[in-house]
Amino acid sequence: MSTTVETGIEIRPFHVDISDEALEALRRRIAATQWPEKETVADQSQGVQLATIQKLARYWATEYDWRTCEAKLNALPQFISEIDGLDIHFIHVRSRHEDALPLIVNHGWPGSIIEQLKIIDPLTDPTAHGASASDAFDVVIPSMPGYGFSGKPAGTGWGPERMGRAWAELMKRLGYTSYVAQGGDWGAFVVDQMGLQAPAGLLAIHTNMPATVPPDVDKALLAGDPPPSGLSAEEGRAYEQLVRTFKQVEYARFMASRPQTLYGIADSPVGLAAWLLDHNDADGQPAAAVTSALDRTTSARGELTRDEILDNITLYWLTNTGISASRLYWEYKGGFFNAKGVSIPVAVSVFPGEQYQAPRSWAEEAYPKLIHYNELDKGGHFAAWEEPELFVSEVRTGFQSLR
Amino acid sequence: MAVKTEKSADATAIRPFHVEIPEERIDDMRRRIETTRWPSKELVNDRSQGVQLEALQELARYWVTDYNLERVEHRLNALPQFTTEIDGVEIHFIHVRSEHEDALPLIMTHGWPGSVIELLETIGPLTDPTAHGGTPEDAFHLVLPSLPGYGFSGEPAELGWDAGRTARAWAELMHRLGYTRYVAQGGDVGALVTDTMGRQAAEGLVGIHLNLLTAVLAVGDQLPKESEQERAAAEAFATFRESGFGYFLEMATRPQTIGYATLDSPVALAAWLLDHDTDSYYKISRAFVDGEPVGNLTRDNIVDNITLYWLTGTGASAARSYWEDGRALAAALASGQAPPAVPVPVGFTTFPGEIWAAPRSWVEAVYPNLTYFNEVDSGGHFAAWEEPELFSEEVRAAFRSLRDEGRSS
Repeated sequence: MSTTVETGIEIRPFHVDISDEALEALRRRIAATQWPEKETVADQSQGVQLATIQKLARYWATEYDWRTCEAKLNALPQFISEIDGLDIHFIHVRSRHEDALPLIVNHGWPGSIIEQLKIIDPLTDPTAHGASASDAFDVVIPSMPGYGFSGKPAGTGWGPERMGRAWAELMKRLGYTSYVAQGGDWGAFVVDQMGLQAPAGLLAIHTNMPATVPPDVDKALLAGDPPPSGLSAEEGRAYEQLVRTFKQVEYARFMASRPQTLYGIADSPVGLAAWLLDHNDADGQPAAAVTSALDRTTSARGELTRDEILDNITLYWLTNTGISASRLYWEYKGGFFNAKGVSIPVAVSVFPGEQYQAPRSWAEEAYPKLIHYNELDKGGHFAAWEEPELFVSEVRTGFQSLR
Repeated sequence: MAVKTEKSADATAIRPFHVEIPEERIDDMRRRIETTRWPSKELVNDRSQGVQLEALQELARYWVTDYNLERVEHRLNALPQFTTEIDGVEIHFIHVRSEHEDALPLIMTHGWPGSVIELLETIGPLTDPTAHGGTPEDAFHLVLPSLPGYGFSGEPAELGWDAGRTARAWAELMHRLGYTRYVAQGGDVGALVTDTMGRQAAEGLVGIHLNLLTAVLAVGDQLPKESEQERAAAEAFATFRESGFGYFLEMATRPQTIGYATLDSPVALAAWLLDHDTDSYYKISRAFVDGEPVGNLTRDNIVDNITLYWLTGTGASAARSYWEDGRALAAALASGQAPPAVPVPVGFTTFPGEIWAAPRSWVEAVYPNLTYFNEVDSGGHFAAWEEPELFSEEVRAAFRSLRDEGRSS
């Protein structure tokens, strides 16, 4: 069933419906995995360790239940609308509170909308989660082109710039004339681009992976030079963190140059899982937050669990989007953590497990209209996924001044 | 039933080796290729996003329909193969003695993403020159080892198997074979190993020949960029570092992560091995898509190499050699010390399709003891594989002067 809004542009309801055959085929492939020998080190320095992934694969093939995740997704209002020639999938939950602030939240890689599921309730229904009606948001969570249930671009050009424009169109299409945007990882790139594009209606952005590195520092970093003189202790620490990060992003460099060569992440579930797990955070590669989640089966206050890690990987598998998602790295030719020149209001949250701790001094320079800056004491690169309560409170306070 | 014998006596023994692949392994490989799940097509019309879908699908089709899945086994078993344990790792090698008495012993090392398969077509010209347009004075006794972690050599289970350790193992292998005066040759990783053998000045090693200037990776910034040729080589190296280096860095940092895909999916392995340099990629792609192979880079030969990696399950262990060499290179650069010079004569051939076609000035800068240099007009990174006759002529020419010295001393 489709509905056509006044503009004449179609927004179709969407329902996830994976066949039993697809799930059976996945289990069969996992069970038939041909494994390499064990790494020759006792740590993660050669990649995802054999014991880690074998344990995960065993659970994935025998006990993990995708249908639980599917039911969770289908309990949410999902839609598809064609924007700029491509089907865009999104979750759209309106708050029952009249004055809710419309918010578009953009996931990253190796993530998906699965990262954001735990923040929907507290953002849209704050009174049920210890906050007031004036904290309410109408929430839009799109799947990036090439990710999840969105279409796979058949031509080049779908980088963060184009996504930014598509998200502005999506918000317009949904009838929102005044809204805010949020993102981490690739989502942070997209909201920075939205900030630069400053489309009508966009009031402010919130980022949990701020791009704040000043030009001279960025230049030194890319050249592999020592840091420029005159950095404060905080800035010097950020520099060291960025040096470490740039040593852990060969996966990104590979996808930026040869995404198509990763045929294994389309053909091998375990190949895909290893590739998606091997993203770093400040505390390790694979991310310490993800590694520890692999041992967590239940969650008292929203901590990341093994099932959520597998929900995300399984979504990539079932939609066969490993390679189409990788192409985003190929599309983007710009800088990484360098200040981009965003002049609209920006809220920044600095989580300790993120790639680097953006110092307030850099954030103020990079985002002249800084409306919020806060350093948290827990949470990391996958902030919404790891610490949903903290994350939600950051989004609330970050945008408070705009209401 | 295996019988344990006294280790010390047994370890250095040289045992004949015969490839035997269980039929189930072949069937399993075929089944996996046939049930490949493919991604969507790349968004460009060239290799700039990686191995193109059409080329890889055609390779997969050829692999299971036209290719004889037992071909690798037959080709290798037609040759005298051996294994011997060196420094704790079982080393597989082909050893073909020339019928000519005064043949010069030569140890030749393959690279990545290659194997001994790269070198098979040179065996005839090098060991039996009179049947291939040469004279008895051109003959070599040929030793073709499989690098540790590659092909039928063992996979190191401990750290430290960088090119330096392999180079020492090769000297031991030649010693064990009774060769007291020999030469060494290599391209790609084989060039790194052979260069290192030269710098280690192994006893008995009297000369080396190379077809890749690996030192560019370490000292590329310091080489002259004056002439047109030098600037072209510098640009080619810069392009490689910019967009062709991804596989290298990934294997040098996360070999285990990529190993899961290359061990579980034949097509993933094929793509990973095909995505080397631009010149060879397009030659190989043409062989499959247009049925127009260049030189000896035929469909069968390409698939032989991939099949060998698959059947031996060495996608991860071979990648790990980059992790080892990457660490060794970083340590060497951090030490700030130049490696010892190569004391023996060095021969070098520049093939036009090489990733960076080294000009004579660069080769001289790296090897002051350069005694032979030539630029040929065809062939690329896989010179021995692509142009075995031309390559063999270069090896003969490079080592010719060493034969005279050998006789007069």
